[in-house]
Amino acid sequence: MCAAENILEKHSFVIEGGNFSNAGTVSTRIKSILKQKQLPDDVVRRSAIVCYEAEINVVSYAKKGVITLTITLDKVQIEADDEGPGISDIELAMQQGYSTANQQIREMGFGAGMGLHNIKTYSDIFDISSEVDKGTFLKMTIHTQPVKD
Amino acid sequence: MDITTIAKELNLEIRSAHDRLKNIVTGGYTGDLLSDVMANSHAGDIWITRQVHQNIVAIATLKEHAGIILVNSCEPAKDTLERANQENVPILVSRAGAFELTGKIYNLLAIDK
Repeated sequence: MCAAENILEKHSFVIEGGNFSNAGTVSTRIKSILKQKQLPDDVVRRSAIVCYEAEINVVSYAKKGVITLTITLDKVQIEADDEGPGISDIELAMQQGYSTANQQIREMGFGAGMGLHNIKTYSDIFDISSEVDKGTFLKMTIHTQPVKD
Repeated sequence: MDITTIAKELNLEIRSAHDRLKNIVTGGYTGDLLSDVMANSHAGDIWITRQVHQNIVAIATLKEHAGIILVNSCEPAKDTLERANQENVPILVSRAGAFELTGKIYNLLAIDK
Protein backbone atom coordinates (compact mmCIF):
# COMPACT_ATOMS: atom_id res chain seq x y z
CA MET A 1 0.00 0.00 0.00
CA CYS A 2 1.25 3.45 -0.83
CA ALA A 3 2.31 5.32 2.32
CA ALA A 4 0.21 8.35 1.40
CA GLU A 5 -2.94 6.25 1.59
CA ASN A 6 -2.27 5.51 5.22
CA ILE A 7 -2.26 9.10 6.40
CA LEU A 8 -5.05 9.79 8.86
CA GLU A 9 -4.03 13.31 9.83
CA LYS A 10 -1.30 15.78 9.01
CA HIS A 11 -0.65 19.11 10.69
CA SER A 12 2.18 21.63 10.37
CA PHE A 13 3.16 24.32 12.87
CA VAL A 14 5.60 27.19 12.41
CA ILE A 15 7.98 27.96 15.29
CA GLU A 16 9.77 31.25 15.72
CA GLY A 17 13.39 30.96 16.83
CA GLY A 18 14.33 32.77 20.02
CA ASN A 19 10.77 33.12 21.25
CA PHE A 20 10.89 31.29 24.57
CA SER A 21 7.55 32.71 25.70
CA ASN A 22 5.72 30.40 23.29
CA ALA A 23 8.03 27.42 23.70
CA GLY A 24 6.01 24.28 24.30
CA THR A 25 2.75 25.44 22.74
CA VAL A 26 3.21 23.35 19.58
CA SER A 27 3.99 20.27 21.67
CA THR A 28 0.92 20.88 23.80
CA ARG A 29 -1.22 21.19 20.66
CA ILE A 30 0.24 18.01 19.17
CA LYS A 31 -0.31 16.13 22.41
CA SER A 32 -3.97 17.12 22.47
CA ILE A 33 -4.40 15.96 18.85
CA LEU A 34 -2.88 12.59 19.72
CA LYS A 35 -5.12 12.27 22.77
CA GLN A 36 -8.18 13.06 20.67
CA LYS A 37 -7.17 10.22 18.36
CA GLN A 38 -7.20 8.01 21.48
CA LEU A 39 -3.73 6.70 20.84
CA PRO A 40 -2.13 4.63 23.64
CA ASP A 41 -0.90 6.68 26.64
CA ASP A 42 2.69 5.56 26.10
CA VAL A 43 2.62 6.74 22.47
CA VAL A 44 1.21 10.11 23.52
CA ARG A 45 3.77 10.46 26.32
CA ARG A 46 6.76 9.62 24.12
CA SER A 47 5.50 11.80 21.27
CA ALA A 48 5.15 14.74 23.65
CA ILE A 49 8.71 14.30 24.93
CA VAL A 50 10.34 14.10 21.49
CA CYS A 51 8.21 16.92 20.12
CA TYR A 52 9.01 19.20 23.07
CA GLU A 53 12.75 18.60 22.70
CA ALA A 54 12.60 19.29 18.96
CA GLU A 55 10.57 22.44 19.58
CA ILE A 56 13.01 23.70 22.21
CA ASN A 57 15.91 23.08 19.83
CA VAL A 58 14.27 25.28 17.17
CA VAL A 59 13.54 28.02 19.72
CA SER A 60 17.04 27.84 21.20
CA TYR A 61 19.15 27.70 18.06
CA ALA A 62 17.26 28.33 14.82
CA LYS A 63 15.78 31.36 13.06
CA LYS A 64 12.57 29.48 12.40
CA GLY A 65 11.31 25.97 11.98
CA VAL A 66 8.33 23.90 11.00
CA ILE A 67 7.11 20.92 12.98
CA THR A 68 4.92 18.48 11.07
CA LEU A 69 2.83 15.80 12.70
CA THR A 70 1.69 12.89 10.58
CA ILE A 71 -0.54 10.18 11.98
CA THR A 72 -0.88 7.00 9.97
CA LEU A 73 -2.58 3.70 10.72
CA ASP A 74 0.47 2.33 12.48
CA LYS A 75 2.67 5.24 13.52
CA VAL A 76 3.06 8.81 14.67
CA GLN A 77 5.70 10.75 12.77
CA ILE A 78 7.04 14.12 13.92
CA GLU A 79 9.37 16.07 11.67
CA ALA A 80 11.23 19.22 12.68
CA ASP A 81 12.76 21.18 9.83
CA ASP A 82 14.61 24.35 10.76
CA GLU A 83 16.55 27.20 9.21
CA GLY A 84 19.50 27.69 11.49
CA PRO A 85 23.18 27.18 12.14
CA GLY A 86 23.05 23.42 11.58
CA ILE A 87 25.17 20.86 13.43
CA SER A 88 28.74 20.28 12.30
CA ASP A 89 29.32 17.07 14.26
CA ILE A 90 26.11 15.11 14.72
CA GLU A 91 27.80 12.27 16.60
CA LEU A 92 29.10 14.73 19.18
CA ALA A 93 25.75 16.52 19.42
CA MET A 94 24.06 13.20 20.17
CA GLN A 95 26.25 12.60 23.22
CA GLN A 96 24.42 13.12 26.47
CA GLY A 97 25.73 16.25 28.20
CA TYR A 98 27.16 17.90 25.10
CA SER A 99 25.60 21.26 24.34
CA THR A 100 26.42 24.48 22.52
CA ALA A 101 23.77 26.43 24.47
CA ASN A 102 24.69 29.88 25.72
CA GLN A 103 24.57 30.91 29.37
CA GLN A 104 21.11 32.47 29.13
CA ILE A 105 19.61 29.26 27.75
CA ARG A 106 21.36 27.18 30.43
CA GLU A 107 20.15 29.40 33.24
CA MET A 108 16.59 28.71 32.15
CA GLY A 109 17.23 25.00 32.60
CA PHE A 110 17.58 24.22 28.91
CA GLY A 111 20.81 23.31 27.15
CA ALA A 112 21.74 20.44 29.43
CA GLY A 113 22.77 18.32 26.47
CA MET A 114 19.86 15.94 26.93
CA GLY A 115 17.60 16.98 24.06
CA LEU A 116 18.79 14.89 21.12
CA HIS A 117 19.58 12.04 23.49
CA ASN A 118 16.00 12.09 24.82
CA ILE A 119 14.66 12.21 21.28
CA LYS A 120 16.65 9.12 20.33
CA THR A 121 15.65 7.30 23.51
CA TYR A 122 11.92 7.91 23.18
CA SER A 123 11.59 7.46 19.39
CA ASP A 124 11.32 4.05 17.77
CA ILE A 125 13.13 5.39 14.72
CA PHE A 126 15.14 8.61 14.72
CA ASP A 127 16.73 10.21 11.68
CA ILE A 128 18.77 13.38 11.75
CA SER A 129 20.48 15.31 8.99
CA SER A 130 22.04 18.72 9.08
CA GLU A 131 23.90 21.21 6.98
CA VAL A 132 26.03 23.91 8.56
CA ASP A 133 24.60 27.42 8.05
CA LYS A 134 21.47 25.94 6.49
CA GLY A 135 19.55 23.99 9.08
CA THR A 136 18.70 20.70 10.71
CA PHE A 137 16.06 18.10 9.90
CA LEU A 138 14.79 15.63 12.48
CA LYS A 139 12.37 12.79 11.86
CA MET A 140 10.97 10.88 14.80
CA THR A 141 8.77 7.82 14.35
CA ILE A 142 6.77 6.19 17.12
CA HIS A 143 4.88 3.01 16.35
CA THR A 144 1.30 2.92 17.53
CA GLN A 145 0.93 -0.81 17.05
CA PRO A 146 3.34 -3.67 17.66
CA VAL A 147 5.66 -4.05 14.66
CA LYS A 148 5.21 -7.36 12.86
CA ASP A 149 8.17 -9.06 11.21
CA MET B 1 -3.75 13.57 48.61
CA ASP B 2 -4.71 16.92 47.11
CA ILE B 3 -2.72 20.13 46.77
CA THR B 4 -4.69 21.86 49.53
CA THR B 5 -3.67 19.20 52.04
CA ILE B 6 0.00 19.41 51.07
CA ALA B 7 -0.12 23.21 51.22
CA LYS B 8 -1.60 23.14 54.74
CA GLU B 9 0.75 20.47 56.05
CA LEU B 10 3.87 22.23 54.75
CA ASN B 11 2.84 25.89 55.08
CA LEU B 12 3.04 26.54 51.35
CA GLU B 13 1.74 29.76 49.86
CA ILE B 14 -0.52 29.49 46.83
CA ARG B 15 0.20 31.83 43.92
CA SER B 16 -1.99 30.67 41.04
CA ALA B 17 -4.96 28.55 39.92
CA HIS B 18 -6.74 28.72 43.28
CA ASP B 19 -9.62 26.73 41.84
CA ARG B 20 -7.42 23.74 41.03
CA LEU B 21 -6.22 22.93 44.53
CA LYS B 22 -8.23 19.72 44.57
CA ASN B 23 -5.81 18.30 41.99
CA ILE B 24 -4.68 14.93 43.27
CA VAL B 25 -0.94 14.46 43.79
CA THR B 26 0.14 10.91 43.02
CA GLY B 27 3.91 11.41 43.06
CA GLY B 28 6.60 14.00 42.74
CA TYR B 29 9.68 15.01 40.82
CA THR B 30 12.45 17.40 41.81
CA GLY B 31 14.61 19.07 39.18
CA ASP B 32 15.66 22.25 37.45
CA LEU B 33 16.84 20.78 34.14
CA LEU B 34 13.79 20.94 31.93
CA SER B 35 14.74 18.01 29.69
CA ASP B 36 15.22 15.85 32.77
CA VAL B 37 11.79 16.80 34.12
CA MET B 38 10.26 16.33 30.69
CA ALA B 39 11.68 12.83 30.34
CA ASN B 40 11.33 11.51 33.86
CA SER B 41 8.35 13.08 35.60
CA HIS B 42 4.82 11.70 35.34
CA ALA B 43 1.24 12.88 35.15
CA GLY B 44 -0.07 13.63 38.64
CA ASP B 45 3.37 14.55 39.99
CA ILE B 46 4.00 17.66 42.02
CA TRP B 47 7.07 19.30 40.47
CA ILE B 48 9.58 20.83 42.85
CA THR B 49 11.93 23.35 41.25
CA ARG B 50 13.58 26.70 41.54
CA GLN B 51 12.99 27.71 37.94
CA VAL B 52 10.56 30.64 37.92
CA HIS B 53 10.18 31.49 34.20
CA GLN B 54 7.04 30.77 32.21
CA ASN B 55 8.36 27.65 30.47
CA ILE B 56 7.72 25.71 33.69
CA VAL B 57 4.00 26.14 33.03
CA ALA B 58 4.38 24.69 29.53
CA ILE B 59 6.12 21.63 30.97
CA ALA B 60 3.62 21.18 33.80
CA THR B 61 0.77 21.42 31.27
CA LEU B 62 2.40 19.03 28.83
CA LYS B 63 3.22 16.51 31.55
CA GLU B 64 -0.13 16.99 33.33
CA HIS B 65 1.53 17.70 36.66
CA ALA B 66 -0.75 18.29 39.64
CA GLY B 67 1.15 21.52 40.36
CA ILE B 68 4.51 23.20 40.83
CA ILE B 69 6.25 24.15 44.07
CA LEU B 70 9.00 26.76 43.99
CA VAL B 71 11.64 26.31 46.67
CA ASN B 72 13.71 28.73 48.78
CA SER B 73 10.96 31.38 48.66
CA CYS B 74 11.52 31.88 44.91
CA GLU B 75 8.62 33.79 43.41
CA PRO B 76 7.17 33.07 39.96
CA ALA B 77 7.79 35.73 37.30
CA LYS B 78 4.79 37.88 36.38
CA ASP B 79 4.30 36.22 33.00
CA THR B 80 4.66 32.82 34.66
CA LEU B 81 1.73 33.62 36.95
CA GLU B 82 -0.38 34.87 34.06
CA ARG B 83 0.33 31.73 32.08
CA ALA B 84 -0.32 29.50 35.12
CA ASN B 85 -3.73 31.08 35.70
CA GLN B 86 -4.60 30.71 32.00
CA GLU B 87 -3.53 27.07 31.94
CA ASN B 88 -4.91 26.25 35.41
CA VAL B 89 -1.59 25.16 36.85
CA PRO B 90 -1.28 25.69 40.60
CA ILE B 91 2.04 27.26 41.62
CA LEU B 92 2.99 27.25 45.30
CA VAL B 93 5.95 28.71 47.15
CA SER B 94 7.89 27.08 49.97
CA ARG B 95 10.45 28.62 52.29
CA ALA B 96 12.23 25.26 52.47
CA GLY B 97 14.96 24.11 50.11
CA ALA B 98 14.49 21.36 47.54
CA PHE B 99 16.00 18.57 49.69
CA GLU B 100 13.89 19.27 52.76
CA LEU B 101 10.68 19.86 50.81
CA THR B 102 11.13 16.73 48.68
CA GLY B 103 11.65 14.61 51.80
CA LYS B 104 8.57 15.99 53.51
CA ILE B 105 6.34 15.48 50.48
CA TYR B 106 7.73 12.00 49.94
CA ASN B 107 6.76 11.13 53.52
CA LEU B 108 3.29 12.67 53.20
CA LEU B 109 2.60 10.68 50.05
CA ALA B 110 3.96 7.49 51.65
CA ILE B 111 1.56 7.86 54.61
CA ASP B 112 -1.28 8.49 52.18
CA LYS B 113 -0.74 5.19 50.34
